[in-house]
Amino acid sequence: MIEIINLSRSFGDNKVLQNLNLTVNSGEVMVIIGRSGCGKSVLLKHIIGLLKPDFGQIIIEGEDVTKMEDKELDQLRLSFGMLFQGAALFDSMTVCENVGFALKEHTDMPEYQIREKVARALELVGLKGIESLMPVELSGGMKKRVGLARAICNNPKIVLYDEPTTGVDPIMADAINELIIDLNHKLKVTSIVVTHDMVSAYKIADRIAMLYNGKIVEVGPVDDIRNTEDPLVRQFITGASKGPITEN
Amino acid sequence: MQNIITRLGQKSLNFFIYIGGVFNLLVGTFFQVFIPPFRRKELFVQMYRVGVLSLPIVFLVSLFTGMVLALQSAYQLTKMNAQIYISSLVALSMVRELGPVLTALVVAGRVGASITAELGTMKVTEQIDALGTLAVNPVKYLVVPRFLALCIMLPLLTVYADFIGIVGGYLIGVYKLLIGSTIYVKMTFDPLEFKDVFTGLFKSFVFAAIICIVSCYEGFRTEGGAEGVGKATTFSVVTSFILIIAADCLFTALFYFVFP
Ligand SMILES: Nc1ncnc2c1ncn2[C@@H]1O[C@H](COP(=O)(O)OP(=O)(O)OP(=O)(O)O)[C@@H](O)[C@H]1O
Ligand SMILES: [Mg+2]
Repeated sequence: MIEIINLSRSFGDNKVLQNLNLTVNSGEVMVIIGRSGCGKSVLLKHIIGLLKPDFGQIIIEGEDVTKMEDKELDQLRLSFGMLFQGAALFDSMTVCENVGFALKEHTDMPEYQIREKVARALELVGLKGIESLMPVELSGGMKKRVGLARAICNNPKIVLYDEPTTGVDPIMADAINELIIDLNHKLKVTSIVVTHDMVSAYKIADRIAMLYNGKIVEVGPVDDIRNTEDPLVRQFITGASKGPITEN
Repeated sequence: MQNIITRLGQKSLNFFIYIGGVFNLLVGTFFQVFIPPFRRKELFVQMYRVGVLSLPIVFLVSLFTGMVLALQSAYQLTKMNAQIYISSLVALSMVRELGPVLTALVVAGRVGASITAELGTMKVTEQIDALGTLAVNPVKYLVVPRFLALCIMLPLLTVYADFIGIVGGYLIGVYKLLIGSTIYVKMTFDPLEFKDVFTGLFKSFVFAAIICIVSCYEGFRTEGGAEGVGKATTFSVVTSFILIIAADCLFTALFYFVFP
């Protein structure tokens, strides 16, 4: 279980997160929606301890991430996978080295076994046989999927996806949705997915949370969100330009 | 008025934050050097980049410096009929001062800039964050191999620069100023003592640490895309240059009194 309690973080005068509370149960797919620039990526980076909050706690399996030393944090991160919004592939390494990075660094697995695992992860994201390419040789959507393969290659228990379907064609997007659902069902992975793609959100989510003005304004099962009375959430999910959300 | 004081305060605070950050990285790097796993392959890659690829430019710079030194000192020394001291002057200035400092400046420009640009690009494209999420310490993974490579290769490059500079002086001294070859070589090595070589190498060791830590630190704190990388790179080279000259002054003064 991941409990986020009163999380606040600002960059200079820009208050990005303000007293944010959210609980993610083990084994569920939590989808976080919200406008561009509202702090979704920042929230994910706090959960994995890349950013430290000004106030607040993030409790994962009973331990407060925000208070962890580097060593404990690294230990925790072994059970995490994270897909970055910009994929963040290591551009000095081949696709194979990228995807197998965690296995190579943290296990004694022999080379051939890593290769096998990498091949399987790449196959899952629909990119068979591109092991020897460099990241610059990939298209945007391919990078995203290699990033996804890297995030899931070492069988994490918690996966954070930052816009997994953005920049990917609709057919591939659906395959990624299936993959997220699959990981969730078969391996009981806890997933937190940030997305703007409502089709994907409805398909994969157990619960959806909406982030607005630094807080979670509504959280609930897919059907509750779909039929919500809250004008903020309504406006967002229907994609209307007129409504309570106006500034910029 | 109050505004000026506030800004002054802010500036000096930033300065101390910077010094603190650099120092923190230095200590962290020292600490990580001794913790396994040791990345030998990465170390060799970096040693090649820092050392081998710097050979041509260090060759040129020190050859010309040696030649210029010989010519400039000839200008004075011939007036006093003391040309045979040209070689001693060239050797001592190269080994004690110009070899270490010029090599460090060349390497700061060549290698320091590339380290900052590389790490800075990794920072702005979130690759450094990605390392973190894969439970790999960026200092251990990125800084330590560069630190070791610089600390090993810069002193070696300095020895090489000293030698090439002396050769440069020899070419001028023997072929242009017509000093006897035997006497030139003798007067090169006679005044050289162990402490001259040692202090020169010690300084180059300090310079190596300065170049690595400053350029890595600048890389790590890069923000804001391509423009940010450009700014960080400039700042890193300028800071390295200033710190190298300052450290040179400090250590030269120190050695002057410790080894009179
Ligand atoms: N390192 C940083 N330094 C300063 N401000 C930052 C930093 N990271 C994020 N911000 C600010 O925090 C806010 C939220 O950024 P974030 O990247 O989380 O948005 P987002 O919700 O992920 O948007 P998008 O959907 O476009 O990815 C933005 O206003 C941004 O300017
Ligand atoms: Mg984002």
